[in-house]
Amino acid sequence: MQPENIDPFIFGITVLVLACFVGYFVVWRVTPALHSPLMSVTNAISSVIIVGALIAAGPATGNFAQVMGFCAVVLASINIFGGFIVTQRMLSMFKKKR
Amino acid sequence: MMTENLSSLLYLASSICFVLAIRGLNSPETARVGNFIGIVGMLIAILTTLALPSILSYELILIAILLGGCIGTLLALKTKMTSLPQLVALFNSVVGLAACFVAAAAFYRPEAYGIGTFLNISPLSIVEMNLGSAIGAVTFTGSVVAFSKLQGLVSGSPVTFKGQHQLNALLGMILLGLIAWMIFEQTETLFWAILCLSFLLGVLVIIPIGGADMPVVISMLNSYSGWAACGIGFTLGNILMIITGALVGASGAILSYIMCKGMNRSFFNVILGGFGVEDEVIPQQNIGDKSIKSGTASDGAFIMENASSVIIVPGYGLAVAQAQHALREMADILQERGIEVRYAIHPVAGRMPGHMNVLLAEASVPYESVLELDMINRDFAQTDVAFVIGANDVTNPAAKTDSSSPIFGMPVLDVENAKTVLFVKRSMASGYAGVENPLFFKDNTMMLFSDAKQMCDEIIQALK
Repeated sequence: MQPENIDPFIFGITVLVLACFVGYFVVWRVTPALHSPLMSVTNAISSVIIVGALIAAGPATGNFAQVMGFCAVVLASINIFGGFIVTQRMLSMFKKKR
Repeated sequence: MMTENLSSLLYLASSICFVLAIRGLNSPETARVGNFIGIVGMLIAILTTLALPSILSYELILIAILLGGCIGTLLALKTKMTSLPQLVALFNSVVGLAACFVAAAAFYRPEAYGIGTFLNISPLSIVEMNLGSAIGAVTFTGSVVAFSKLQGLVSGSPVTFKGQHQLNALLGMILLGLIAWMIFEQTETLFWAILCLSFLLGVLVIIPIGGADMPVVISMLNSYSGWAACGIGFTLGNILMIITGALVGASGAILSYIMCKGMNRSFFNVILGGFGVEDEVIPQQNIGDKSIKSGTASDGAFIMENASSVIIVPGYGLAVAQAQHALREMADILQERGIEVRYAIHPVAGRMPGHMNVLLAEASVPYESVLELDMINRDFAQTDVAFVIGANDVTNPAAKTDSSSPIFGMPVLDVENAKTVLFVKRSMASGYAGVENPLFFKDNTMMLFSDAKQMCDEIIQALK
């Protein structure tokens, strides 16, 4: 079996299933006290969709797709900055006993 | 020059950073470093993409990032910790909408992603794209509804009507049918029809779910935002988006599961909605000859002063009354007098997972004194005072004994085992489940009728 014979979709599914397993094991180990920061940080990283948005906004010539891309970059940036900053804000409050 | 291989490797590095960011949340000590690694991962992802040869309009992109960055930063810094659930709902909706925009961009200019030409996209890609945009659209409108309910823009009580579930099922089926149709015939109308139908479905799915079930809804929408990213990742053949989407999707799904378990309800039971009424809607119940004992702040202060251990049980009412700082001040005075003070957190206390922990942390309560249900439940029997503030159903002993109760089987905090229970409450109204709490009528319970913050302030005065 040559790698180039594998359909990209099958390759994608392989990655997806493995990532689900990683996610499952990593998330179960998160302490319940930090479930709120978990939500905000996953919120921030789901904005990785910005990668797709940048490609759409990228070309030098303007068209409808580029407008869509521009909007998506703005939205994803709101989430990236907002998500990471609010997580940092929350985490900075968790203190040990003096 | 950024080759395909190099960019793939950098995307892999970025995915590992995201895994480590979540992994850091194992403990508060490593969490801050974890968050920083997450930021690095995002930076790698963005810079790698910007270095791709097809990206030319840097000015435009810079404007977009700065614009979004300013809005996001302002939101994150200005929002009060008590409004955190709303903020998370808002951010969820933003990801959902962004997914829709990216799908639209890919639909109108598939060449940029190498998946075909306009209206002639490969069948697999078009299905992935439409699934991604449909999930994104449901996430968007669903989160907007959740946000409005949490913010109080619309009533938090469930909106139900006859045939609601049948209608949703029918619309869901039509949606899948339209996506399947796309395989055979690609038109702009069809693309937008799928998007609009998904927007509608998002609203319809969330309106029947009541305010107190919001922890499940928020976790679920969080999960959806991940799956939307995943769907788009498949369309664009981007491994980073698939991995990250799966991580986020798994995280949200696990949180929903934990929240459902905390209420002993199945996921479907929550999603079908219609459960519970918002508090302060008092169904007239026959209290009959049962009597309650109520006290004043000084009674409460006296009892706690003479105790050697106190467990505080906070609930959503604490957040509503913004009483966390006053509560911590009260606890500080008790601790100075050598009284052991700890906090017991029920998994579904508050409006999002971990809500109470963040509020207490904001009030500088050290996290070692804040314990989860499983860790502390046995200790109530050896405790002098259980101080319940802003919580109700999560302490209801009927959940253990009364099989006819709607909350039967829900894990609850065994506060009644403490020598004395002090129950701070505004009135005799029942909690969100609309169930009477037999705890109020126990001999060792003293009701302290007041607003949570006011009561804490009065107790502080009495203690001084």
